[in-house]
Amino acid sequence: MVFEGLAEKLQNTLKKLKGKGKLTEKDVSEAMREVKLALLEADVNFKVVKDFVKKVKERAVGVDVLESLTPGQQVVKIVNEELTSLMGETQSKLTFASKPPTIIMLVGLQGAGKTTTSGKLAGLLKKQGKRPLLIAGDIYRPAAIKQLQVVGNQVDVPVFTMGDKLSPVDIAKAGVEHGISHGNDIIIIDTAGRLHINEELMEELQSVKAIVKPHEILLVIDSMTGQDAVNVAEEFNGKLGIDGVILTKLDGDTRGGAALSVRTVTHKPIKFVGLGEKLEDLEPFYPDRMASRILGMGDVLSLIEKA
Amino acid sequence: SKTKKGITDKVDILIKSYQKIDEELFEELEEILITADIGVNTTMEVIDELRDAVKVQKITQPEKIKELLQEKLTTTLNELSSSDLNTESSPSIILVVGVNGVGKTTSIGKIAYKLKGQGKKVLLAAGDTFRAAAIDQLKIWGDRVGVDVIKHQEGSDPAAVIYDAIQAAKARKMDVLICDTAGRLHNKKNLMNELGKVFKVVEREFPQAVKEVLLVLDATTGQNAIQQAKTFKEVANISGLVLTKLDGTAKGGIVIAISKELNIPVKLIGVGEKMEDLQEFNASVFVKALFGEE
Ligand SMILES: Nc1nc2c(ncn2[C@@H]2O[C@H](COP(=O)(O)OP(=O)(O)OP(=O)(O)O)[C@@H](O)[C@H]2O)c(=O)[nH]1
Ligand SMILES: Nc1nc2c(ncn2[C@@H]2O[C@H](COP(=O)(O)OP(=O)(O)OP(=O)(O)O)[C@@H](O)[C@H]2O)c(=O)[nH]1
Ligand SMILES: [Mg+2]
Ligand SMILES: [Mg+2]
Repeated sequence: MVFEGLAEKLQNTLKKLKGKGKLTEKDVSEAMREVKLALLEADVNFKVVKDFVKKVKERAVGVDVLESLTPGQQVVKIVNEELTSLMGETQSKLTFASKPPTIIMLVGLQGAGKTTTSGKLAGLLKKQGKRPLLIAGDIYRPAAIKQLQVVGNQVDVPVFTMGDKLSPVDIAKAGVEHGISHGNDIIIIDTAGRLHINEELMEELQSVKAIVKPHEILLVIDSMTGQDAVNVAEEFNGKLGIDGVILTKLDGDTRGGAALSVRTVTHKPIKFVGLGEKLEDLEPFYPDRMASRILGMGDVLSLIEKA
Repeated sequence: SKTKKGITDKVDILIKSYQKIDEELFEELEEILITADIGVNTTMEVIDELRDAVKVQKITQPEKIKELLQEKLTTTLNELSSSDLNTESSPSIILVVGVNGVGKTTSIGKIAYKLKGQGKKVLLAAGDTFRAAAIDQLKIWGDRVGVDVIKHQEGSDPAAVIYDAIQAAKARKMDVLICDTAGRLHNKKNLMNELGKVFKVVEREFPQAVKEVLLVLDATTGQNAIQQAKTFKEVANISGLVLTKLDGTAKGGIVIAISKELNIPVKLIGVGEKMEDLQEFNASVFVKALFGEE
């Protein structure tokens, strides 16, 4: 893989001497070629890579090389800083309604992990002392309702269903009313997976949004997604105005460049990451960890950070 | 996908803006291929070959490039000449594997429908005993298609389900047994070993059956699909790929890299969530679609 070698390649392309004056245009250009390849191999969208590389180039040329670093390491340090800041400098939390219940709606492509994540989120919030309700809003996928019921049962959170004969809009509306009258302070709506280009189903989500006015519309994205992540994020964000992103299946070995793509096109924070199939496998998103994962050089970075 | 410009449009626009073939043109072509998820390495290889061909054939017109590129990619996929599902002789068994959420269970429903339509006696095995309501999901597909499903309780041993299903398939003289398995990320050693156990049961209990092991890949997946194919191939004798979700805007270009590196044919493609949304893979149609010429 290109990744494993990024740090070494940079070391080899650039001068090996430490602390040698300022980064020259030539140093930076050579380094950025490798950085560009690494990001592409990590599935960061092509256009996103191009803009990113341009921006970093502008910032890096003329920068003093720290005493303890080689020019290659200095570039990596800058790349990592820029990447981290692009990811959102700090951890972004859920917004709770000033007047409960807080309504959260999960949306995304088929198989991204919405139903599982609904359960994880409900479990997490319950542990924090909330009283969540899950709403089964997927009337299409075979056994989607049953799946949410099983998941809800595992985290001991009630699941509101009306079968698969009513529209998701009616179900969401009734579910929210049910939650309000039962004193639930968090309401999580699971929705069916859909393609961002399926107009009818995207309109259905807009109708659900219009009627229940969620405080958080979270786009669930599979971290293994390739170049298409920008199209998906752009469409969901454009049509629904998402509030944040949840990145799933990060327990795999993908570099997860989709995170950068989605973040860049939507400017919306990544709030959680899914790290497994079990319902406790949900964690807050750490921008710095994601940056070094995409670059594939955690060890090098920790060395540089000490400098 | 209808609203989006295909690669060809982009190539056309691009080529019109070039008077001659130069480095810049090749670089732009590189970018276009990468956007289809073909991957940096494969793209570089393809572009290098293209470069050589341009030199050898003394091509000077930018328009010729597109033709050549399309030819190259079709050849790469065609070298494997997409073969049909290996279910001609009875009994046969199809095992369906892959990472989480790619479309295994749905594809099984579609394949069962297709085979039943050919007059075959089909039985399904609910080998995903882990995911919430996975058994119910397969059962609904079985009912839709009109075929039986052999199942155990959630949480039971998948190898035991497959064992029972094989005995049932033998006793009922089924033509094809299709086994669902739980989604698993290829980097999880224990889950991959569990799959190994299932294969052992098949080898031991059903030696007379013709085997087809299908790895399901999601067209939306980027470079990780290569790693998926590599690792699954290590534990299982993968005989074909099923590429799902091609009804979206993702092009699934990664199968070109997989074909080049691993020699596994793409056998079927998924183009929707309905029973009928399964098609045989056709290299030239696929490359045309990749180039926006559906
Ligand atoms: N390894 C891993 N698997 C996950 C994660 N999140 C979800 N999954 C798995 O991914 C698969 C799909 O998850 P679902 O929750 O059913 O996805 P969905 O988005 O609701 O799917 P549809 O409703 O069909 O669109 C299941 O096998 C889940 O167990 C994760 O963080 N890690
Ligand atoms: N648009 C589209 N959706 C598909 C296609 N194939 C499957 N799906 C959807 O993708 C989601 C996941 O499909 P499943 O068949 O449950 O996937 P799986 O691989 O069995 O998932 P796990 O068992 O959880 O690992 C469901 O919502 C399916 O309807 C396809 O070709 N196109
Ligand atoms: Mg779901
Ligand atoms: Mg399944």
